Amino acid sequence: MMFQEFSLPHVYFMLQGLAWTIGLAVIALTGGSIAGSLLALMAVSRNRWVRRVAKLYIFVVQGTPLLVTLFIAYFGANYVGFEVPPLVAISIAFSFYAAAFLGEIWRGSIHSVPIGQSEGAHALGLSRFDAMRYIIIPQAVKIATPPTVGFFVMLIKNTSLASVVSITELTRTAQIVSNATFKPLQVYLLAALFYFLVCFPLTIVSRKLERRLHKS
Amino acid sequence: MNYLDFGGVFSRMDLLISGAILTMQVSLLAMLFALCLATLVAVMQLSRFATVRFVAVAYIEAIRNTPFIVQLFVIYFGLPAIGMSLEPLPSAILAMTFYGGAYTSEIIRAGIQAVSKGQIEAGKSLGMSTLDIFRYIIIKPAIAAVYPSMVSQFILLLLSSSVVSAISVPELTGIGNDIQGITLRNMEVYLVIAAMYVALVALLKGGLTLIERRVFPFKFLKG
Repeated sequence: MMFQEFSLPHVYFMLQGLAWTIGLAVIALTGGSIAGSLLALMAVSRNRWVRRVAKLYIFVVQGTPLLVTLFIAYFGANYVGFEVPPLVAISIAFSFYAAAFLGEIWRGSIHSVPIGQSEGAHALGLSRFDAMRYIIIPQAVKIATPPTVGFFVMLIKNTSLASVVSITELTRTAQIVSNATFKPLQVYLLAALFYFLVCFPLTIVSRKLERRLHKS
Repeated sequence: MNYLDFGGVFSRMDLLISGAILTMQVSLLAMLFALCLATLVAVMQLSRFATVRFVAVAYIEAIRNTPFIVQLFVIYFGLPAIGMSLEPLPSAILAMTFYGGAYTSEIIRAGIQAVSKGQIEAGKSLGMSTLDIFRYIIIKPAIAAVYPSMVSQFILLLLSSSVVSAISVPELTGIGNDIQGITLRNMEVYLVIAAMYVALVALLKGGLTLIERRVFPFKFLKG
């Protein structure tokens, strides 16, 4: 059996995979942000049951391996009776996953705004909604930014698991190229390098933001 | 709309439990090795020598900015190209050790840096040997201080063990893949597995808390 030479077209193919990797991570971040902000607000609700539902959701999703969550989404669409393309099912699964982590990060950020701030808002006669909107959230966003960027890095790395259910993102393209060229070491190291080149700058940004936050 | 039928899954519960046991064994071994590696790397990071520090930082950044599954593939599929063939199980444990070690070392370093200089000086003035100072004054209180973060990290490591099913290690997820191949009851299988992972996480958390009480009783003294 003949193997192909590991050459430039393979690298282009993997770069296309990288584009999908980033695309999938951005979709998950967007979907996760919407559900995650709702979850964070639920987790700081005054109603005990609303808080419990949010906490249970976070506990279950964080306690399940992402791979298993992906399998459930991948196979589960049929059970709900929808004809969903795998890419859509996986995007939804990643969004649910991201929501749990972002919800937890943002709940923590809201809680770390000093209590005096909401007491002050209350003393000034602001409604709870207005206090959230004008006093708490703007300060919480600042605290939340570094860990959110950090989670985005985690999300980019974790989209690699979509390769197991045959989404052709970077890791999947690397598998295909590795099988075609039989140069697994070079191919997977190149894939690792691509991930590193995307993730490392973001890691640095996250760290810089955190340092700036600690200074102020 | 199909109906859920757990019969085929529950009749193979013994297989799933053996998978869960392997998941636990692989994870516990990886945690132990990762803890040793992490301590070494944390100490290297605080070394006087720039080269030693660089090696430690390069390792940490390389691991933290690439996906676990790619690291696993480099070890399992890539290393044979340079004459290092490993079976799936050792590959999995090695990959998990390197992966867990990088994150854990950052946690331990934070703990070591939180130990105050005065403590170490007090140890010296009491005539303790360097090894004893490291053991009793630096590393033990350091790990005691960052224990909760370490527990979270180990839980993530347990969950990431599901990924090693991709190189055909018959742990919980791998067994699940087999069972869904036989029964075609994919949804049921993965729901049961998800529940089993949640249970394993709870078990691990409980176990690590017990260890915390045994190893660091001073954290629980009522003052």
